[in-house]
Amino acid sequence: MDIYRAHVLVCGGTGCSSSGSATLIELFEQKIEEYGLAKEVKVIRTGCFGLCEAGPVVIIYPDGTFYSRVKPENVEEIVSEHLLKGRKVEHLVYTDHATKEQNAEKALEDINFYKHQKRIALRNCGVIDPENIDEYLAMDGYRALEKALTTMTREQVIDEVLKSGLRGRGGAGFPTGMKWKFAYNSVNDQKYVACNADEGDPGAFMDRSILEGDPHSVIEAMAIAGYAIGASEGYIYVRAEYPIAVKRLQVAIKQAEEYGLLGDNIFETGFNFHLFIRLGAGAFVCGEETALMHSIEGKRGEPTTRPPFPAVKGLFEKPTMLNNVETYANVAQIILHGADWYNAIGTEKSKGTKVFALGGKINNTGLVEVPMGTTLRTVIFDVGGGCPNGKKFKAVQTGGPSGGCLPEALLDTPVDYENLIAAGSMMGSGGMIVMDEDNCMVDIARFYMDFIVDESCGKCTPCRVGTKRMLEILTRIVEGKGEEGDIEKLEELAQTIKNTALCGLGQTAANPVLSTLRFFRDEYEAHIKEKRCPAHHCKNLLQYVITDKCKGCTACARVCPAGAITGEIKQQHSIDPKKCLKCGACMEKCRFGAIIKK
Amino acid sequence: MDDERTKFAELEKLIAEHKDQKGALMPVLQGAQGIFGCVSEDVQKAIAEGLGVTLAEVYGVATFYAQFSLHPKGKYLISVCLGTACYVKGSQSILDKLSQVLDIPVGGTTPDGKFTLEATRCLGACGLAPVMMINGQVYGRLTPDAIPAIIDKYKNDDGEVA
Repeated sequence: MDIYRAHVLVCGGTGCSSSGSATLIELFEQKIEEYGLAKEVKVIRTGCFGLCEAGPVVIIYPDGTFYSRVKPENVEEIVSEHLLKGRKVEHLVYTDHATKEQNAEKALEDINFYKHQKRIALRNCGVIDPENIDEYLAMDGYRALEKALTTMTREQVIDEVLKSGLRGRGGAGFPTGMKWKFAYNSVNDQKYVACNADEGDPGAFMDRSILEGDPHSVIEAMAIAGYAIGASEGYIYVRAEYPIAVKRLQVAIKQAEEYGLLGDNIFETGFNFHLFIRLGAGAFVCGEETALMHSIEGKRGEPTTRPPFPAVKGLFEKPTMLNNVETYANVAQIILHGADWYNAIGTEKSKGTKVFALGGKINNTGLVEVPMGTTLRTVIFDVGGGCPNGKKFKAVQTGGPSGGCLPEALLDTPVDYENLIAAGSMMGSGGMIVMDEDNCMVDIARFYMDFIVDESCGKCTPCRVGTKRMLEILTRIVEGKGEEGDIEKLEELAQTIKNTALCGLGQTAANPVLSTLRFFRDEYEAHIKEKRCPAHHCKNLLQYVITDKCKGCTACARVCPAGAITGEIKQQHSIDPKKCLKCGACMEKCRFGAIIKK
Repeated sequence: MDDERTKFAELEKLIAEHKDQKGALMPVLQGAQGIFGCVSEDVQKAIAEGLGVTLAEVYGVATFYAQFSLHPKGKYLISVCLGTACYVKGSQSILDKLSQVLDIPVGGTTPDGKFTLEATRCLGACGLAPVMMINGQVYGRLTPDAIPAIIDKYKNDDGEVA
């Protein structure tokens, strides 16, 4: 094996790829060759580092220098200065948003964003080349499978997972070991293991990052699960919208087969396990387990009533055990280090860590993994760096379309399954969208309801019709046509849908409305009674006004597409509200901050 | 039309590849969507015959999933992300701007068949919000002002297939 004195790690996750990291990799290789360093320095495309905000991200080892927002024109400088002469390129080193600190000497793990994290599921993301199985093997890869197959009985494997306290990371938090046990107890000539990689929650991308950054961790865990429950075949159901993840999974499965880690007679124990990929086709409801299985069968992805549970009758009518990507990503570590190691992390009922996708109005957008029980405040302000542009934090949305919005007063809530439900939201798959004072909570509720109406499969009436009625009321309210009694109607509909819908999608569909009603009822009332949007977001309920800060530069009048702004040069201008389209172009153009929303 | 004939030959090959596989309909529809750019009635009929299922079943599946389209789309498919992270950061105004610049409603195709405008749910590039994708190329950290220049780039590259 060749020894290199330095490694250039370039993030090849979706975020950084979208901002041009593939070009960077080519350029680095080209320049390293040009400078005659090809035998000394190696370029590696890794999975996601998590800090997407700073992308494209480049890390240079052994010193661990963290370069952010690297552009193609910076590559030569990094090669000639850092790699050739050993001088760090200071102006490209990552700057911490919150502290404005730019410290080239600081190690990666001391940066605020990483300091509070504990990476178990994401342990290899951003560390190894996901398309090279040898790198996974070097990180103890497939040792857990070997341990399970050669030293543990099937019952022992299940006991270990049970004892670890691992719960489903897809949203509901059902104990993973119980699921395995139910499937183990089912007697049948054929059973299946399945993986839910149909990450539909808008604003969550942890499963995608795991598949892109460490696909073998999921494959290994599925093989372990297959051994435990007695299944010889597994299916991964992954979104077609995730092309990089699909490709890396295909590469990983092929490599594992070549190494004899998938296929027949694995580790010469007589255990056979084959893995197949199936692509989703864009239906949120396919995250529900029965719907997902129908989709793999090539049918419409509509849910069916349980029982029978999939552990008894699932995929192709056979007992099936389904876990989500992040859940699987924990399994190999549990088998390797033991249940007691894992259940020492976290809270009483929620063990281990959870990955969150931080997004929205937050400085450090990206992927973070923290121990269960970490407070929302730590995640949002210490790791996430708070809201940008000095804006005031208003709410954090967790749990996606099934979850809710939590206000500032609840920021000290330790995050675990029970606490989030008690607070009126839920864990969900781990999306965490931060909203600031400019976001209207009624409009956010409308946004989620619009999503649900779009994605409702239409099979049961409460979800198909009920959510549509709720959307109509919400739309009316944000358009300034809300009526007395609308809030009560929303609450009644929400309860009915919750009690009567067929599947989890419908039963939780009203949560965003209920939670915003609970914590931001005054915003609803302002819309309905005063025809006013406190966040100045809803177009029909606001006016653009020019204040006496106006210098009469005419910039706004020239940019206005409707010709609504009039005034003499060097005199205060004014906006004709009848002509104004409320596009906001004038406000963007004004250099004096003279235009405000009222 | 030789072009059509080649495509149907390709479809036949695809069906033969998947015919004996469990749950073959989805992968075949996905392949067909790739070959034809949409799954028209003729394509659905060919699939139904090839796999030995009813046309109703094929139609039922094709219309259930957002990925399948019954009508051809423009040469450039513009998908604006309306996932939560992008929405919170103003992707609606990006979508509105595109609709205005292209003069088509969301879901529509320009009369010259060049652009189709769609709203989509989460492209998973939340770190770059708000984002849009044009035929696989992701544009991030967008502002409405940046839209006309991007569209012009595509308007002007006649003849070249992206």
